[in-house]
Amino acid sequence: MDLFDLTLHELHTKLKTKEVSSHEATSAMLARISKCEPQINAFITVTPEKALADAAAADKRIAAGEMSCLTGIPLALKDIFLTEGILTTCGSRILDNFVPPYNATSYEKLKEQGVVLLGKLNQDEFAMGSSNESSASGVVRNPWNTDCIPGGSSGGSAAAIAARQATVTLGTDTGGSIRQPASHCGCVGLKPTYGRVSRYGVIAYASSLDQVGPITRDVTDCATMLQAIAGHDPKDSTSVNIAVPDYRAALTGDVKGLKIGLPKEYFIAGLDPDVQATMDSAIETYRRLGAEFVDISLPHTDYAVASYYLIATAEASSNLARYDGVRFGHRAEQIDGLLEMYSKTRSQGFGSEVKRRIMLGTYALSSGYYDAYYVKAQKVRTLIMRDFIQAFEGVDVILTPVAPTPAFKIGEKINDPLQMYLSDIFTIPVNLAGTCAMSIPAGLSTNGLPIGMQLIGKPFGEETILRTAHAFEQATEWHAMKAPL
Amino acid sequence: MKITTADVEYVALLARLDLSNEEKCLFAGQMDAILGYVEKLNELNTDGILPTSHAVPMENAFREDRTQPSIGVEKALANAPDPVLNFYRVPKVIE
Repeated sequence: MDLFDLTLHELHTKLKTKEVSSHEATSAMLARISKCEPQINAFITVTPEKALADAAAADKRIAAGEMSCLTGIPLALKDIFLTEGILTTCGSRILDNFVPPYNATSYEKLKEQGVVLLGKLNQDEFAMGSSNESSASGVVRNPWNTDCIPGGSSGGSAAAIAARQATVTLGTDTGGSIRQPASHCGCVGLKPTYGRVSRYGVIAYASSLDQVGPITRDVTDCATMLQAIAGHDPKDSTSVNIAVPDYRAALTGDVKGLKIGLPKEYFIAGLDPDVQATMDSAIETYRRLGAEFVDISLPHTDYAVASYYLIATAEASSNLARYDGVRFGHRAEQIDGLLEMYSKTRSQGFGSEVKRRIMLGTYALSSGYYDAYYVKAQKVRTLIMRDFIQAFEGVDVILTPVAPTPAFKIGEKINDPLQMYLSDIFTIPVNLAGTCAMSIPAGLSTNGLPIGMQLIGKPFGEETILRTAHAFEQATEWHAMKAPL
Repeated sequence: MKITTADVEYVALLARLDLSNEEKCLFAGQMDAILGYVEKLNELNTDGILPTSHAVPMENAFREDRTQPSIGVEKALANAPDPVLNFYRVPKVIE
């Protein structure tokens, strides 16, 4: 086994026993990045000098006996996280020269523990997309089949894990942007409860839905990463001041008597047969482990995509008003007056998907349509939240597919935005409800593409879904599958 | 409902986007399809349902009113497209 193949906890053990140094692990990872990048394009910026300096500092800490479980671990961040002094584009031309003056809180917390930053990962522009095809830095290819999309918007964060170009990564999830690429690339991805992790220094898309989370090789690594980034942050007034439990301690392997809900609205006719077979076999595994299944209903599921694409685009149109060419980012040249500066700057800087969503959101918020679209969508959001509250009165966890199909081909849905939006049908309700969910590897399609399953928990119920996921991982080998690369 | 290119032009002005004729036609068709799809929300009776703007119930997050260090002028201007002295320069606003 190569150093780049190791999980976080395996590498930590080797660093602790001084079997390997962070310098060696980091060098192996940088070499792996150089080898895979021409095929995968998971990174927007690689920071080898910074990585080696971080590794040297980590090795000193380890030698001094001052290591934590993350010291010396090579990781990479979605390019949506602000990193002081390091180019941060968010996959957009409008930020192609933006060097942030401060760090995102989640990165700051990891940095305090002595992690090694390998670079910044490719993503859909401003996290708007399900296929990573809207990035100004080019499409990311799925390491399992380079003709296929890796999923989005955190496509680089998942592809880098699948191609073993980083030990762990961070992504963000607004409508499925961690879980869907994790599923398509055979990784573990967690979207924490809204408010569990600080959004300070994370470039905003839809502020009432955005949340930060890890993408990792296994559930133990996922718990370790969540432990490091969770908690209240005075700089994010929407982060919640609830004590952070010990997530690693929750991984007991025991799901006896656990009540798992199967929502009928997620097991629809037309579900891909490989996805259906994967769900069936996962249910069988959990039965064997002693879990109980309960048929439930989330009756407003079918309205989630419509509600989401009004709320998210409305919030986006407001959030992205800041890109005006005044204080940072691209500014158009040869302009006549202020209004033209704004409109030319924005038209040159934003890609097609971002423009489309700004247009939709502006329309939904415009005079005469506000109540009919935006407020109506927010009322339906209330109904979707109630669905989950009622369902969780009778179950501990909800099990569903992550996506209706395995990864689709690059270019397949690029000209039909509505079809692209509908591919997020199983992940979006969780963001509207604000609760937590994760995707873990659960099968392979007949074409050899990974298929994930989604475990949805109660608000701040990350311990329960991690325990449930861990028990499955202990009983199966899916997490150990490697992309043929 | 039918989204026309005139509607698109009006919304683009509000959004401060300068769209090409090609984009106007493309967006008119796509917005029409997407807004047609979201019409399905009207199948639901939402009388008496309060809108949700935030998933986690919370009160105002107050902090102590105390001066704290800021990033400073140099860093704040470091990314400016056209900085002059301690300012961001923009085209003339008032003729």
